[in-house]
Amino acid sequence: MLDFSPADWQAMKLSAWVACAATLLSLPFGIGVAYLLAFCRFRAKALVDGLINLPLVLPPVVVGYLLLLALGGNSWLGQLLGRFGIRIIFTWKAAVIASMVVGFPLLVRSIRIGLEGIDKQLLHAARTLGAGWHDTLLTVTLPLAGRSILAGMSLMFARSLGEFGATIVIAGNIPGVTQTIPLAIYSYSSTPGGDGMALGLCLVSVLLALVVLIFNESMVRRLNREERR
Amino acid sequence: MKLEVSLKKQLGRFSFAADFTAEGRRIGVFGPSGSGKTTLMNLLSGLFRPDSGFIRLDGETLFDASRKVHLRPEQRHVGVVFQSSNLFPHMSVRRNLFYGHRRVAGSRPRIKADDLIDVLNLAPLLDRGVGSLSGGEAKRVALGRTILGNPRLILMDEPLNGLDDGLKYQIIPYLKNVFKEFAIPFLFISHSLNEMQMMAEQVLEFENGRFRSQTAVDELALRCMGSSPAGFMNLLELEEPRSRGELTVYRWGGQELVLLNGVDPAPGMFELSSKDITLFKRHPEASSARNLLHCRVRKLVEVGSRVGVELDCMGQSLVGQVVGEAVEELGLAPGTEVMAAIKASAFRRLY
Repeated sequence: MLDFSPADWQAMKLSAWVACAATLLSLPFGIGVAYLLAFCRFRAKALVDGLINLPLVLPPVVVGYLLLLALGGNSWLGQLLGRFGIRIIFTWKAAVIASMVVGFPLLVRSIRIGLEGIDKQLLHAARTLGAGWHDTLLTVTLPLAGRSILAGMSLMFARSLGEFGATIVIAGNIPGVTQTIPLAIYSYSSTPGGDGMALGLCLVSVLLALVVLIFNESMVRRLNREERR
Repeated sequence: MKLEVSLKKQLGRFSFAADFTAEGRRIGVFGPSGSGKTTLMNLLSGLFRPDSGFIRLDGETLFDASRKVHLRPEQRHVGVVFQSSNLFPHMSVRRNLFYGHRRVAGSRPRIKADDLIDVLNLAPLLDRGVGSLSGGEAKRVALGRTILGNPRLILMDEPLNGLDDGLKYQIIPYLKNVFKEFAIPFLFISHSLNEMQMMAEQVLEFENGRFRSQTAVDELALRCMGSSPAGFMNLLELEEPRSRGELTVYRWGGQELVLLNGVDPAPGMFELSSKDITLFKRHPEASSARNLLHCRVRKLVEVGSRVGVELDCMGQSLVGQVVGEAVEELGLAPGTEVMAAIKASAFRRLY
């Protein structure tokens, strides 16, 4: 079996951690924005929709560079955070933020489709049965959108695992600190004799992706079974 | 129950306006599709916000545009039985049924769930999933779910739509029993005159988004007789069946009616068209019609080319129809005594 260096193990751990953190942190916002886009009518809807989907069509490097401008030491946001002793650029937090921004459109898109597919009459029925707005959200809306929320989370998790362009700009490629699996593979592939290790990390990537897919599939099947019972 | 409504609502190119006060327990809302019946349901339940006007239920204001009052649907205690049953697909029948029940505020009375489950015969369904219910079963669960929320008023939006006649007449006795048992006033929305006659006393009529009139259900049915090829449908509740050869004798109020044997003679609701009632001035000595009833003419109503004759048969009401010529020949006028002949085969069992 391949002999991974401590830095490789670190990269795997970091990748998993960044993907988990990015997915879970984005989830409440993703649900909120998807709800807004699916159910509310407001004038700036097209603009909001466009802004959220922008990272999907922009080169990730551009996203990373814009984030660097926004969060760097010279920006007002960076200075504000600096005053509280928080540094984001070139730390794992930057990798999480990069993944969040890049994966967010996938999450919102998926949840939105699920919400739009819910029969509004069911929500009306819940309201006339005495459930308030948030009660309806928790007991009817979200459970009915469960499958698409899961699908969105899987997509986002997978996208975060693969995030490269934005991460390398904003978080750098510091082994043991901000080096995730894709960055490590990139480093190995540009080092003479690193092909074997690059391939090993590729296999890990494939494995992780498969685990995510299988987990998603089994959760969806469980939800289906509960509904059909 | 007293419901005072004065509302206006613009929905795209459809404009809705209603102004009425309805009192009673069994109120019908009648009109063709697109007449604004469902809009009324949405406005009363709080799902839509009216543009102007007010809604008062038993003196309590549910909506008042000028005073900026708009109670949310969950604050109104107005239950809705939707056209499609709208059961929550991710919950079992039991959880669906108790969804509203669990949310009844502590200060409000609760309905005993066991009683309701008995009346609607829901016990065998409780542990099933919603997806496996038939159309009729789903309607019963939806009805039970709304009633268990113990609303002050129930709105039923075409609850029998999409059911074939057989199923429809299976559900109606449940509907009647449950409202008799739990004494909840209701608004029954439908485009079917037959359903109106069975469920409602007072009828609010809608047309093109406008409230037209408020009439007693029999008056409405008489008025509609002109446009219906089947004539006026009398609904007779017959009891105490007794076999007599190939015929069955039922009790109808204080008298007896003879019917052709059905599949199984049981008390129930029967339909009799006004066309199947023949009127005689004097007792015909012999007649092939098995039923000869002494009646007094209560009222004559001219509907198009026909005349509806409202008869009083020893306290029971019956509507027959004749042509103008017959009115003259028989000398029909309010107060005249006539004999009504009805064939044993003219009755149709509804349930």
